[in-house]
Amino acid sequence: MHPRLRLLACVATLSMAVILAACSGGAKEESTAPKDAAPATNPVDPSTAGAITGVVTLQGTPPPNPPINMSSDPYCMKLGAATTPVFVVSDDSGLENVFVYVKDGLGNLKFPVPPSPVVLDQKGCSYTPRVFGIQVGQSLDIVNSDETLHNIHALPMANREFNRGQALQGMKYTTTFTAPEVMLPFKCDVHKWMNAWVGVLEHPFYATSGKAGAFALAGLPPGTYTIEAWHEKLGKQTQQVTLGPKESKKISFVFKV
Amino acid sequence: MLHLFAMLVAATTGILIFAGGLVTSTESGLSVPDWPNTYGYFMFFFPLEKMVGGIRYEHTHRLIASTVGFLIVILAAWLWRAETRRWVRRLGYLALAAVITQGVLGGITVLWYLPDPISIAHASLAQLVFCLTMTIALVTSQGWKRAYATNGPAPDDLTLQRVAAVTTGLIYLQIVVGATMRHTGAGLAIPDFPLMFGQLIPPQWDPKIAIHFAHRLGAVIVSLAILATTGHVFYHHKSRSELRRPAMLLLALLLVQVTLGALTVLSKKEFIINSLHVVTGASVLVTSLVLTLRAHRARFAAGSKEQDPAYGRPMTVRRTGPFGPANSTAGDHA
Repeated sequence: MHPRLRLLACVATLSMAVILAACSGGAKEESTAPKDAAPATNPVDPSTAGAITGVVTLQGTPPPNPPINMSSDPYCMKLGAATTPVFVVSDDSGLENVFVYVKDGLGNLKFPVPPSPVVLDQKGCSYTPRVFGIQVGQSLDIVNSDETLHNIHALPMANREFNRGQALQGMKYTTTFTAPEVMLPFKCDVHKWMNAWVGVLEHPFYATSGKAGAFALAGLPPGTYTIEAWHEKLGKQTQQVTLGPKESKKISFVFKV
Repeated sequence: MLHLFAMLVAATTGILIFAGGLVTSTESGLSVPDWPNTYGYFMFFFPLEKMVGGIRYEHTHRLIASTVGFLIVILAAWLWRAETRRWVRRLGYLALAAVITQGVLGGITVLWYLPDPISIAHASLAQLVFCLTMTIALVTSQGWKRAYATNGPAPDDLTLQRVAAVTTGLIYLQIVVGATMRHTGAGLAIPDFPLMFGQLIPPQWDPKIAIHFAHRLGAVIVSLAILATTGHVFYHHKSRSELRRPAMLLLALLLVQVTLGALTVLSKKEFIINSLHVVTGASVLVTSLVLTLRAHRARFAAGSKEQDPAYGRPMTVRRTGPFGPANSTAGDHA
């Protein structure tokens, strides 16, 4: 073979090899099954189960939520002015979008994985819900309800990173997480104001504070628990709670600004 | 025509570097999650109305990159067919291999979620592609082929050759440090300018501060090197316009580049300023490279006497087949 042909052949072969290597990297985003299979039934005796309920409040006047400049996407812009819902506070100081969960105290109990998926919707150029929980192994359906495209980019520490494009309205991507992680952020690199957080846990005892900052962790077995509350800007707070059989306790978290 | 085309390729490579700078400055690198497709579309069929948000920067970068790649394919083929100097033809092949590798690095960095080493390699190789296309544009010019003879014999000034080469090397190193700073998020690790945390030396250190400090220190070293090179040109070779002009341009670009660097910090990385800093850095590099190559022109002159004054071809060219002669001619070295 002529030397120049040989050189061209070498360059082409090298390029193909590198392209193939590059394409194989995309497989990283595939989820794998959890190592320990979840049991089929709930290990908690319902006759002794109790509950922890409470409220999250905000003390002080929060800074105004930053306005969102949606001018980079005409579809989003025509939806009207919006602000980033960092501080969603009710008239009686209840703080929404705080993730409350049992951080410790469940020992080695294993819980079944809920068969129904959690849905994360991209709607109105924002994520709904903004803060939510899911169990390890439970399906997460990520859907695009907008007439524009989004990419959903998960930035985990303990799970596998993924970045999926959803170019059309109605597209859905289903995934699962293999390891507990509180909190795991999502972002849209197309619309930089879009952020969401998911708490991935091995048990079902979590909630996101809703209107007036209320939350409830029901069906807990008797025991002493560390309850943690997480807010995207204000950080974390924890407290210890001891539950007797069929006991319900009310607690409160107070974040300050 | 070949020279004009090579100039076009070099210019589009510079535009591509600016577009790449915009992608990093707007943090849009992952706004298109797939590669080589764009949201499942064949790249060139991606609907314009879907180019929103960060996609505008990332997809435009890909389109320009594809154009540059295509132009370099043509350039390499053109050199292969028409260029008689073997080393110039090889520059074309090297540019082609570099731009292919560059494209693959760009794809890998998207598919692997922008790992720092790959992104830094992508940014650093971009500068080498720019250097290669600019070198091809230079050595296919009439001035180069005539060894800038209108100004008398090209000077063979060893001191200039050395200081210019060192300067070009330092500029490239500084750009690699800059790329490291950008891709590790250290651009504002030192938030004030010209002082650093209000002092001449940072009072606190972490890896990001160290990278940022290295880039500022590098700016001082590069500035001194450029002053040494240009000062030597102005003092010893003032009559040589082929050296004086790039030297003047180099000084002007240095001034702009230092200003842009300061503004990048003071504006908290405003994306246009930040991207202009990237492309001006690349311009400083290739200007220094042109000066360096011209300073070395006399060393390329061995075969120049045999060249056609109009095109620089050797007077006797033997084409034995579709791939040209197997053996080189005297003109191969000029």
